[in-house]
Amino acid sequence: MAFESYVLVCGGTACCSGGANEIVTAFKEKLEANGLADKVQVVVTGCLGFCEQGPIVKILPQGTFYVQVKVEDVEEIVKEHLVKGRVVQRLCYDPEQAKKLVAEANIPFYQKQYRIVLRNCGVIDPEKIDDYIARDGYKAIEKVLFEMTPEQVVDEMLKSGLRGRGGAGFPTGMKWKFAQQQPKGQKYMVCNADEGDPGAYMDRSTLEGDPHSILEAMTIAGYAIGASKGFIYIRAEYPLAIRRLEVAIEQAHDLGLLGDDILGSGFSFDIELRFGAGAFVCGEETALLQSIEGNRGMPKPRPPFPAVKGLWGRPTVINNVETLANVPVIINKGADWFNKIGTATTKGTKVFALTGKVNNSGLIEVPMGTTLREIIFDVGGGIRGGHKFKAAQTGGPSGGIIPPQFLDTPIDYESLAKIGSIMGSGGLIVMDETDCVVDVAKFYLDFTVDESCGKCAPCRIGGRKLLNYLTKITDGRGTEDDIQKMQEISDAMCKASLCGLGQTASNPVRSTLRYFMDEYMAHIKDKKCPSGKCSKLIQYTIDPAKCKGCTLCARKCPVNAITGTVKNPHVIDQFKCIKCGQCEANCKFGAISHG
Amino acid sequence: MAKLTLEDLRRMRGEKQKAMEMRDSSNKDVQVIVGMGTCGIAAGAKDTFTALVDAINEKGLTNVLIRQTGCMGLCHSEPTVEVVAPGMPSVIYGHVDAATAKSIVEKHIVGHQLIDDKILDRPSIDIIKNA
Repeated sequence: MAFESYVLVCGGTACCSGGANEIVTAFKEKLEANGLADKVQVVVTGCLGFCEQGPIVKILPQGTFYVQVKVEDVEEIVKEHLVKGRVVQRLCYDPEQAKKLVAEANIPFYQKQYRIVLRNCGVIDPEKIDDYIARDGYKAIEKVLFEMTPEQVVDEMLKSGLRGRGGAGFPTGMKWKFAQQQPKGQKYMVCNADEGDPGAYMDRSTLEGDPHSILEAMTIAGYAIGASKGFIYIRAEYPLAIRRLEVAIEQAHDLGLLGDDILGSGFSFDIELRFGAGAFVCGEETALLQSIEGNRGMPKPRPPFPAVKGLWGRPTVINNVETLANVPVIINKGADWFNKIGTATTKGTKVFALTGKVNNSGLIEVPMGTTLREIIFDVGGGIRGGHKFKAAQTGGPSGGIIPPQFLDTPIDYESLAKIGSIMGSGGLIVMDETDCVVDVAKFYLDFTVDESCGKCAPCRIGGRKLLNYLTKITDGRGTEDDIQKMQEISDAMCKASLCGLGQTASNPVRSTLRYFMDEYMAHIKDKKCPSGKCSKLIQYTIDPAKCKGCTLCARKCPVNAITGTVKNPHVIDQFKCIKCGQCEANCKFGAISHG
Repeated sequence: MAKLTLEDLRRMRGEKQKAMEMRDSSNKDVQVIVGMGTCGIAAGAKDTFTALVDAINEKGLTNVLIRQTGCMGLCHSEPTVEVVAPGMPSVIYGHVDAATAKSIVEKHIVGHQLIDDKILDRPSIDIIKNA
């Protein structure tokens, strides 16, 4: 027998401390008392993500969302809502708009996301072209092929204000226009799916969840610029995305949505996959083209830009996956619709892979102009484990670290650049006070030094030098001179490197120097790491007054650095100690500490 | 399959749209949708999928359709499973291991009860539909 209604009580940590368990019991009692026990089921849920308004109760199927519910309120909810079907307005999220705001979907908190790129992800079966077609898939192709000229398509893209989501933010319509204006002949359309930032996975998820949207967008771009051939450059580390793309290409071929004479329009377009071996530099467009041609992936100076002279010397447009995923929607709904979303300079939405010390790590899509605070604390559910927000890193190894004072900056290309970071491709890593920014800068430099192709000296040598200085500082051997030198090298790399990789590689260093100089100074002057991350700068010690001589730490120590006899205070040999922290974690008397 | 003409594609879209609505409406078959992006699979979505199929076969249910989909964005709670069943609110379950998958079939689909401690919410409504 089915239940008529369901009472969902949030069982997240915050709601439980607010009395969610008592609320569950109260509901069960009151339902029983009102003869509804077999008509209404009470369910405890995982965190509903609205902790600041807890305890939360949600009634299904209506979707009424009650906040700050107390045990005393339960009877009223049962008698009014569940017996008589009347919403208890005073417990709704916003009492003034209670009539409208009954469903969870209407609460502003949940409205912070706006899904254009991810419109089909998590909704359709990515291996079924039927599902995509049913959700207006390949409708934009119809419109473009039968109702628009290539010039009109480019105009529409220009008008929409869509800018490249790969990081640099170049207007997409402009790129298309340059390629379109080149003399007729062989041209190429390339999709850059070489997503390489640590912690970023927006493009992978889009390709895995909605591969047809990329095929459709590439066909539209091909029509606009006059290309008959497209390549998707995707890294071989994305086997599932590759498989789904292959399935999608085959299905589109079978139906004649790719190939010769698409839908009888006379326009032909085909797409091939090209696999990258995972070199970060191949995400740079000129290096990417080299790699497709079978050469070693190294960038070339621009101009000539690929739109003029690209793949095999032919005009080529290269767009990122997320950029392309916007295209069919813009065609279907019109540039004016798209233009209204976002900020003055940056239109549309941005997908972020939200990771790090945040409660709800995951894939989110928000309108441009949303603030970091909204992303991290509302959508992301705040910092994990009740820690304090310290910084956010956007743009991966090319981006910067954003300190708390800029949490309320509305996100777009310009505002992020102004505070020393970049939009990047969309990785957003959240850090709390247990993360050391010097260590983070070192991590990114380690990555870019590894990934530098070595062609130009500023990147090859400068990166290595920066990494050496950072290592010196985190090892406790840093001097104040080093800061000055790091700044000089950073500037030189920025100005003189050949491609984006080198030009931006020093960003993590520049932004941490700018906002967290005190932390560098603590490493250099006091030889201390305030967050306790840099292992060479911390020391474990045993307090002889508290040590009972139980020998547990000595037994746990993996390198036998602790000595002592039973019932006598033990001692740590600092030369042998590898700072693993096992002794402190295992001491039952709190005798071991680090600092 | 023969190549589509413009009319074919339009007709096909109409049919598929109807088919999708039917699946979404209340008196049609039960739909179980498993998030099978890399994040889901890494968290064990394949085991979840197998466990669902096994449990459904074991119960001899013929009205249940199991579908896969990409990442719903709830990577912190993978594997995720969405259940759309007639007469029941559609819900998303998170952290669905094989045991939870089994109880989804037994309790939710057969018993028409929601399962404690595993329900999540979609992070946002899909407003592109209403825009």
